[in-house]
Amino acid sequence: MLADRDRIFTNLYGYQPWNLKAAQKRGDWDGTKALLARGPDAIIQEIKDSGLRGRGGAGFPTGMKWSFMPKAPSAERPSFLVINADESEPGSCKDREIIRHDPHKLIEGALVAGFAMRARAAYIYIRGEYIREAEVLFAAVAEAYAAGLLGKNACKSGYDFDVYVHRGAGAYICGEETAMLESLEGKKGQPRLKPPFPAGAGLYGCPTTVNNVESIAVAPTILRRGAAWFASFGREGNKGTKLFQISGHVERPCVVEEAMSIPFSELIEKHCGGVRGGRENLLAVIPGGSSVPLVPAAEIWDAPMDFDGLKALGSGLGTAAVIVMDKSTDIVRAISRLSHFYMHESCGQCTPCREGTGWMYRVMERLRTGDADVAEIDMLQAVTKQVEGHTICALGDAAAWPIQGLIRHFRPELERRIAARAGEVREAAE
Amino acid sequence: MAARHLAPDTPELRARWGHFAWTKANAAKAKEIIARYPAGRQRSAVMPLLDLAQRQVGAETNTQGWLPIPVMEFVARELDMPIIRVVEVATFYTMYNLVPVGRFHVQVCGTTPCMLRGSDGIIAACFKRGMKPGQISADGLWTFTEVECMGNCASAPMVQINDDNYEDLTAERFDAVLDALARGETPKPGSQDPARHTVEPVGGPTTLTAMVGANHDYRGEW
Repeated sequence: MLADRDRIFTNLYGYQPWNLKAAQKRGDWDGTKALLARGPDAIIQEIKDSGLRGRGGAGFPTGMKWSFMPKAPSAERPSFLVINADESEPGSCKDREIIRHDPHKLIEGALVAGFAMRARAAYIYIRGEYIREAEVLFAAVAEAYAAGLLGKNACKSGYDFDVYVHRGAGAYICGEETAMLESLEGKKGQPRLKPPFPAGAGLYGCPTTVNNVESIAVAPTILRRGAAWFASFGREGNKGTKLFQISGHVERPCVVEEAMSIPFSELIEKHCGGVRGGRENLLAVIPGGSSVPLVPAAEIWDAPMDFDGLKALGSGLGTAAVIVMDKSTDIVRAISRLSHFYMHESCGQCTPCREGTGWMYRVMERLRTGDADVAEIDMLQAVTKQVEGHTICALGDAAAWPIQGLIRHFRPELERRIAARAGEVREAAE
Repeated sequence: MAARHLAPDTPELRARWGHFAWTKANAAKAKEIIARYPAGRQRSAVMPLLDLAQRQVGAETNTQGWLPIPVMEFVARELDMPIIRVVEVATFYTMYNLVPVGRFHVQVCGTTPCMLRGSDGIIAACFKRGMKPGQISADGLWTFTEVECMGNCASAPMVQINDDNYEDLTAERFDAVLDALARGETPKPGSQDPARHTVEPVGGPTTLTAMVGANHDYRGEW
């Protein structure tokens, strides 16, 4: 288990103040000028060597992403860093804690990351529903400007860097990087086709990198303690520490920072008091937020909680939003409610998602009550395959995967409901 | 989504809202907001300006606020945008209220992590109090909306009422919050579990215990 001295987000639970003075006492903004003096290429190399993979769900190597940015941007076409604080994936509740309790880790991270990718400024896009959290963020940014840590000659480094906060207004799809750029530009959050990728044509058509809050906020600590330190946790290809968010049917849901690759059983028994009703009462787990397929109890128990370990089980680490379901769960309703979520959040731009999410939800609801034919299970599976991979953005895939997980692991339950209802109908008719 | 529609454009609406203009404070705020974006990119400010306008309407009506079409037209003029582009944004993002709401907008998360922890009971408590989805209760106090995941999953179930979140709810704790709001009080937001601070495990954190009583500096142990 991770030792407290190796936890990055020491004020995770907000027992202490978030303000600049308190944050500096915890180590934030310590020698930032010297970090920047290493130069952009050295910073990018350190992040690459640390093995940090994006913490927003996709797990793309962060250092590599920064290296895609132009090495010599112009004044007419500046580069931008956009920080994704749109956190709306069901189960995810970690960026909220960073922003309201440790905002200076994020702000210092914005400066060092922005400097490394030679950006002119960073926009932190925070979901509209995080109202009090945004108030803290605005105030923390103002503190940083007042102390000369941001703005002209940031930290007396000679580099000018601005950080702006932009609030969303209620749209999960704005967590998709190109939808976020559209939203920042003052439009509906409808994703763009990729290619071109944001590093080529992003915010206002300029080179842009979009990174998750946690990915940016760990950067200063990695630079201070070294890539080798960060890479000393977790299995090969899955390095570092991670904020896990455990919700649902554990005794004590919580957010906790642990080493990557921690076994699922250790995570929930050490920090959450175990499964409600004991291990035998576990039904299934969604290990990485609603967009990854569920994993049945027997398969998740000893699984390493990291990108590759969960991919091997047909699922994914995503944002490490662990949704635990015990045997009291109506598993079909649980998945159907996720289908409702995707239907609600579809931006409407492309037909397979706009029409498909509604269609999949309505079929899921009939499967929930058993008001279906057995053949419709395979029909639903086929439709999820027609949506997956055929949409402008990954929301289509995200809507398809939970249903595929349910059919893969709980087909007998779906058939049981259909048979039960057919039996009731027969009895009623007699 | 089809559920979102604009309030009808009537002479009464025009009479009430046709002369909308910023308060002095909001005019200064709007200027500061527009300056966050590069020159010529003021259209980026449409989202924060719509929020500011909705809040001003809310202040005038003693509710959370909403966006009558004349107010959207005002924002469009401010930013030199075609009105349809503002209407697109106002209808796309769910936090913009397109019809009036009550003094308190009770937004209950019903997505699966909250559902697993009892959001059904919270929604039932809302209906028991006379709330109906999308409508204002007879006493003008409440509008109920079931919302999608609010990012408070480790302290579920929860509601957001205007600007504050109330988490770790039971029907009893929720009723206590609503009763306090109805009496004009300001109940303490955040976790409604007296044994919980924020999102540490109930009963006390399993990690970083040195932080509970002091602003501990772990660098000495690196």
